[in-house]
Amino acid sequence: MLDVGAPLLAVDDLHAWYGESHILHGVSFEVRAGEVVTLLGRNGAGKTTTLKSIMGMVDHRSGSIRFEGRELIACSSDRIAQAGIAFCPEERGIFASLGVEENLLLPPVVRPGGLSLEQVFELFPNLKERLRTSQGSKLSGGEQQMLAIGRILRTGARLLLLDEPTEGLAPVIIQQIGKTIRALKENGFTILLVEQNFRFAATVADRYYVMEHGRIIDRFANAELDASVEKLHDYLGV
Amino acid sequence: MFEVFGIPSTALFGQLLIGLINGSFYALLSLGLAVIFGMLNIINFTHGAQYMLGAVTAYLLLNYAGLGYWPALVIAPIVVGLLGILIERVFLRWIYRLDHLYGLLLTFGLALIIEGIGRNYLGTAGLPYTLPDSLRGGRNLGFMFLPNYRAWVIAASLLVCFGTWFIIERTRLGAYLRAATENPALVRAFGINVPRMITLTYGFGVALAAFAGVMAAPIYNVSPNMGSELIIVVFAVVVIGGMGSILGAIVSGFGLGVIEGLTKVFYPEASNTVIFVVMAIVLLVRPAGLFGRRT
Repeated sequence: MLDVGAPLLAVDDLHAWYGESHILHGVSFEVRAGEVVTLLGRNGAGKTTTLKSIMGMVDHRSGSIRFEGRELIACSSDRIAQAGIAFCPEERGIFASLGVEENLLLPPVVRPGGLSLEQVFELFPNLKERLRTSQGSKLSGGEQQMLAIGRILRTGARLLLLDEPTEGLAPVIIQQIGKTIRALKENGFTILLVEQNFRFAATVADRYYVMEHGRIIDRFANAELDASVEKLHDYLGV
Repeated sequence: MFEVFGIPSTALFGQLLIGLINGSFYALLSLGLAVIFGMLNIINFTHGAQYMLGAVTAYLLLNYAGLGYWPALVIAPIVVGLLGILIERVFLRWIYRLDHLYGLLLTFGLALIIEGIGRNYLGTAGLPYTLPDSLRGGRNLGFMFLPNYRAWVIAASLLVCFGTWFIIERTRLGAYLRAATENPALVRAFGINVPRMITLTYGFGVALAAFAGVMAAPIYNVSPNMGSELIIVVFAVVVIGGMGSILGAIVSGFGLGVIEGLTKVFYPEASNTVIFVVMAIVLLVRPAGLFGRRT
């Protein structure tokens, strides 16, 4: 078993580049097993790039990314997924040339202990009804988001990277996503969430890191949220 | 014997058969091109040379190793497919992110080199390839005479084409391929080794060309130029079907073979250009091709 105090994911002095542009300038943070940690920050602060760097989806990166004590900075993205990290992209990444069922079954199981299809359908009953839909891209935005989250729960990955899962969704769907994230946490999943909407984040997160210009500029726990609202408004410009 | 539109039935069905035979090769070759283009985003101009290499390998196996048609049908696609994998690893993988033009020029250059080597060692005259005894002869269907080997070519091509279609459109492996065509970075982030899949896809597309080459050896002569003569028509077929469309490649391959055959009966003067006329019309009406998705 992992030491309770040891972080599941430890990111240290992470730099990332897209082509010539240097996006992340030494990002350091950690996520402990069973936590829901949220990265907050304005558009372009480097939140999505941080998730993509953890997944190995940027052109070049340096620093250290340790997952379960194992260094992943030199690994290719398929190796990182095999290590047990799963990624749900902001644009959801539903494949238009695949049916709903094919989309759901696409990510291979990387280790035992993932949710069964029945458990995924318990979380997202709508998905079961739309299973025979010919094209994944014909689903509504909310259904696409559920499909994008549902398909990575099957893989056995214990760390989920969710990039703005509530973006562009109706309030009732956002509530359902929030309920799902809390259920996943109870199930023992560890979640690193990127959010613009800190009111939503406040309903699910244990801790927050605030990003700006490719750096972490502040951190606080959920209990400190009320005291930090002033600061947050300042950081996020809301 | 009877007549259709004033044309003797034997002539009509004879040309229809030739159309189907040509269509079999168009379909196999454009299928390989479609598979490669879909996955690698590369227009494989080496395809004709790889088709020729399949036929040449069959010829060499027969005359230097004593291995006949059936072993060649298995060995040649494997050998030429492995050569394709080598080409992908050494050359192609460096240019995926660049403009189509680079891939086109590179594969065209490779085709010139391969064909040049072929001409150097084999000369430009065609070399005969003898039919296996088991496929000699034919049967009289009443309205026409059907040679066994031609029947076999059509059947084998249909089988391979629809087998490939089934794998790509109906299996888990095919779902990986289709997904990786759309968003390779995300498929890789799900834990699938996409670069290896790309390499194997190129090898498979090239093996299809070599398979067509072996089947062509007994019908057309084995010659270093056999691929470059055919490949221009095949590219027109691919454009008509829609770049990267599997079903489009198969349907338009057979369809255009038949159209070409019928043109030979009804208006022979146009038979060499009819495919390009169809291509021009299709491009005007549906720029993405008959089965292509608009992007």
